[in-house]
Amino acid sequence: MTALTLSNVCKSFGQVEVLKNIDLTVEENEFVVFVGPSGCGKSTLLRVIAGLEDATSGTVEIDGERVNDTPPAKRGIAMVFQSYALYPHLTVRGNMALGLKQARHPKSEIDRRITEASRMLSLKPYLERRPAELSGGQRQRVAIGRAIVRNPKLFLFDEPLSNLDAALRLNTRVEIANLHRQISASMIYVTHDQTEAMTLADKIVVLRDGRVEQIGSPMELYNNPANRFVAEFIGSPAMNFVPGDMIGGSTNTVVGIRPEYAQLGATGPLSGTVVHVENLGADTNVLVNIGTDKPFTVRAFGQHDVSPGSEVGINFEAGNTLTFGTDGLRL
Amino acid sequence: MNKARRNPFNIAAMHGALILYTLIALFPVFVIVINSFKSRKAIFREPLALPDAETFSMIGYQTVMKQGDFFLYFQNSMIVTVASLFFILLFGAMAAFALSEYRFKGNTLMGLYLALGIMIPIRIGTVAILDMMVATGLVNTLMALILVYTAQGLPLAVFILSEFMRQVSDDLKNAGRIDGLSEYTIFFRLVLPLVRPAMATVAVFNMIPIWNDLWFPLILAPAEETKTLTLGSQVFIGQFVTDWNAVLSALSMAILPVMVLYVIFSRQLIRGITSGAVK
Repeated sequence: MTALTLSNVCKSFGQVEVLKNIDLTVEENEFVVFVGPSGCGKSTLLRVIAGLEDATSGTVEIDGERVNDTPPAKRGIAMVFQSYALYPHLTVRGNMALGLKQARHPKSEIDRRITEASRMLSLKPYLERRPAELSGGQRQRVAIGRAIVRNPKLFLFDEPLSNLDAALRLNTRVEIANLHRQISASMIYVTHDQTEAMTLADKIVVLRDGRVEQIGSPMELYNNPANRFVAEFIGSPAMNFVPGDMIGGSTNTVVGIRPEYAQLGATGPLSGTVVHVENLGADTNVLVNIGTDKPFTVRAFGQHDVSPGSEVGINFEAGNTLTFGTDGLRL
Repeated sequence: MNKARRNPFNIAAMHGALILYTLIALFPVFVIVINSFKSRKAIFREPLALPDAETFSMIGYQTVMKQGDFFLYFQNSMIVTVASLFFILLFGAMAAFALSEYRFKGNTLMGLYLALGIMIPIRIGTVAILDMMVATGLVNTLMALILVYTAQGLPLAVFILSEFMRQVSDDLKNAGRIDGLSEYTIFFRLVLPLVRPAMATVAVFNMIPIWNDLWFPLILAPAEETKTLTLGSQVFIGQFVTDWNAVLSALSMAILPVMVLYVIFSRQLIRGITSGAVK
């Protein structure tokens, strides 16, 4: 059973086309991440799925039913927002209960679900507090709790971690992954952070300018990107691109080399001056000016003593490179 | 806190300026109140002197109480002001919500049209308004005044409130939609509480002109039973003789209710004016 099917969905605001012919299926229990640079339409797509925006054309099916004209509350979805969007005048309990009360669930059922959700998210001590009395991380957990109690077929996350600090982001990421293991529901997660996408997703949808660039598992996208955009977007630090003729290839190609597949040496097919060194402890990122627009990044594992200004060579295995045409497509 | 604010000279200058302004602003009120407690002769002999044992007199208040039905006027003013404010806030907020929240054809045009009223004084239309009131049989009813004041207050209310409503988080409204709240519930329960400072600002801006207005009560509702306080006080101002004791007493009493309303709204008002400046 597919949880969500989008076919040929388009969305435009006046003259501006934000989404162009999106086709997508989300299987049951699948964790799908929409990723792309800001303004690529990923949030709009999520809103179309939620029913907060109407699709200009195309159909949206949730659980096998066409829901284009169904209001958000009746679509069997729950959404977690970037800004938490908690009701300021209600307690944590009230925030979680509102949707269920609105759907006229019996009180005992509401209490049971809130108890269950607050146990999962360790929110018990805060149930009677108002959002203003909670920290950012707690607020986001309440927002997730509010989604859980609705018992949805489909969870929608709109950049839920963007407002959290780095340490909390990691914790909450793990919590979301655990949550997905515990409750059987499909999840759609929007982010611009490729690390979040790689770590959480069963399937990643890379979007650019309202178009789907590629759909695949994280490793598929990493190992086998369809085009230069996906190759550059997935992986951190980003892939290096070198004109083909610099390393003895054809002139009309660009060769992509991931920083982790390149090694520093005294000599090599590429060479240049070190412009910057990032010592991260576990690995060292060395940025080398090899005469292209952007410096070439080499990710050396472990700690290396390289000083900016020194001349180095760069080695790599030909099997670990990807070749792209001038139009950006993989060759 | 920065250095300039801790400097005693700066503090003195700042407070000096504020105190001076307060004195200037309160002086006319002060003169009205003290003179309302003095005899007629004393008012003219020494207008700025405080009432003493010799000049103290309640004659003004007695006249006001005897002549005309002062409490009825008072009640009329109160009804007109409160009802007009209620309708201005209700309809203004609803229109502002629609303008800021929904995308529909002619949204911007509609916003401009509604804001146009700020620039056109409603008094220009007095004759037409009077015609309409006569035709609908609303002359000499408080309803006539409430309708006119509501119309007069709406443009500014829509303008201010729609600006504020644009700042209310979209996520919050969308969260409400996903939880199945109706648009009305979203408006009343989620959005209105968040724009309360702006509502108070609009209320104060509209309250004072309505309370003090003489023009429309005089034209639309001059009957004895619908007179407002301002109009009622006019009986003491004649072409040749003015009963200053009574006028000053009536004015002193008219100040009170507006002040009470102002105190209620002022805390919100200050937040409304400064919000956005400080996050």
